[in-house]
Amino acid sequence: MPYTAERPYQNPSPDELRARIPGWGADLDPRDRPSVPREKYDPGATGAHWDFPERQPGDESRERSLEHKFVTPVFGTSVPLKGASGAIRRFAYERFSEGRAAHWLLLILGDRVDAWESHARSFVSTRPDNPVTETGVLSEAGHHPISSRFGQKRSDLSHIWMDPLIVAGPWLAAPVIAVGVRALLRRRHAS
Amino acid sequence: MQAMVYRGPYKIRVEEKDIPKIEHPNDAIVRVTLGAICGSDLHLYHGMMPDTRVGTTFGHEFIGVVEEVGPSVQNLKKGDRVMVPFNVYCGSCYFCARGLYSNCHNVNPNATAVGGIYGYSHTCGGYDGGQSQFVRVPFADVGPTLIPDWMDDEDAVLLTDACPTGYFGAQLGDISEGDTVVVFGAGPVGLFAAKSSWLMGAGRVIVVDHLEYRLEKARTFAHAETYNFTEYDDIVLQLKKDTGYLGADVAIDAAGAEADGNLFQHITAAKLKLQGGSPIALNWAIDAVRKGGTVSVLGAYGPVFSAVKFGDAMNKGLTIRSNQCPVKRQWPRLFEHIRNGYLKPSEIVTHRIPLEHIAEGYHIFSAKLDGCIKPLILPNAA
Repeated sequence: MPYTAERPYQNPSPDELRARIPGWGADLDPRDRPSVPREKYDPGATGAHWDFPERQPGDESRERSLEHKFVTPVFGTSVPLKGASGAIRRFAYERFSEGRAAHWLLLILGDRVDAWESHARSFVSTRPDNPVTETGVLSEAGHHPISSRFGQKRSDLSHIWMDPLIVAGPWLAAPVIAVGVRALLRRRHAS
Repeated sequence: MQAMVYRGPYKIRVEEKDIPKIEHPNDAIVRVTLGAICGSDLHLYHGMMPDTRVGTTFGHEFIGVVEEVGPSVQNLKKGDRVMVPFNVYCGSCYFCARGLYSNCHNVNPNATAVGGIYGYSHTCGGYDGGQSQFVRVPFADVGPTLIPDWMDDEDAVLLTDACPTGYFGAQLGDISEGDTVVVFGAGPVGLFAAKSSWLMGAGRVIVVDHLEYRLEKARTFAHAETYNFTEYDDIVLQLKKDTGYLGADVAIDAAGAEADGNLFQHITAAKLKLQGGSPIALNWAIDAVRKGGTVSVLGAYGPVFSAVKFGDAMNKGLTIRSNQCPVKRQWPRLFEHIRNGYLKPSEIVTHRIPLEHIAEGYHIFSAKLDGCIKPLILPNAA
């Protein structure tokens, strides 16, 4: 018991483990572990042949964290800011540092608005969103949907029922919101 | 080219996109020959990582062939077969100069709290990822490495994240000979962390999960003792009893933001996105480790605050160590372990999915259908 100085249980001996586990103890000495010491000053080890990298063009409109002095010399160009979600995200970047909860919560709000905007935009494109194929739910049929979910004591069974609601929720809410907006506009027009 | 594209939480599809172009003199364009879906991609897929924009291509585990190089690239040429670490990094900033490649300061304008990662939202720099036919690889002289002739593609792709991250997690545990190590999560990273703990001299390795097929893999692949936490009212108490009421010397959180086991934490994190992830595995790690022990955190969490039991961590005198893995630093030693037969990363691969069926692949992986542990993506299978 830990109430005395000795370890309260016995683990197998090194010889026993060496016989059973391939490579047991190969990195027993911390000096053999690649990330020991954690910080090791060796600027020549990386293959970089610059002190400060040449700067990637196009950073003029690029959003950045307030905690950066400038846009980093290299950056991703995956999806530029656009629409209402872009305005929310730009506000989050320009107003709040990473230390503020508002920064991250606004970005998450921007994500939700982006998803709604993009769904709406898809309906005026040649390829509208398809909630069936895009969720991959069609794979259920061929990949053991019953045996994967039952007889395994899965803890996530308690919340799997929520997933369809989260996916379908915005789709179900959209017509309700549309009818409400229409009613409001009619009332305004009538008055 | 064809690429996976995010359309909002739980929704993705394959679209035609422009082939990426050289945007910086040290860029390379790589034709992807094999990719993978990572457990942490599910955080993006479920809408948990801030600033994940519709239209983004995910994928930070990939290998390929160099298609084009920028004018300042010296170490790679067209036709080279390369493995690319999931970290985007410059090799010359304050952090890279000290070996902290995953904390590079020159590649992610969107945040200072995290470095650059391929296909991992604008919070990680806004780079498109490798679940596509081509990908832009910045700092081509620094990140990629030629795949050795003797190495299988499936081993190589697992060396771009899952395997080195698990190995790194065992290092962060600072394991001493004979230590008892408990690993929370029997996904790919947890399996590699458990396996690597033996290399570092652990005396006992215990893996905790709730899926029996993953625990079976932990027993056969990682030689671990296992606990299915759904079989116990209180898994922490069980672990305490099983270690003579002491607790483990080292606890590794290899579950991260998606952890199951507490409905309240799951709803507030995974469903309502009010936390940077469900910290149940991290809290179990803090509770299950002995006083004065070490907690290694490999599980990925978002930057929003999480309800972590820090008071217990302080009162128990714990050392908590964490980071994204500086992948390339691990490669030489991992190459040796693979050549010596101590590790065979591809043993955990369960599914091989053509890129055009990637929406189904994400659903299978996310819903844990069909005994899925590690799905690979074949971008040119058609």
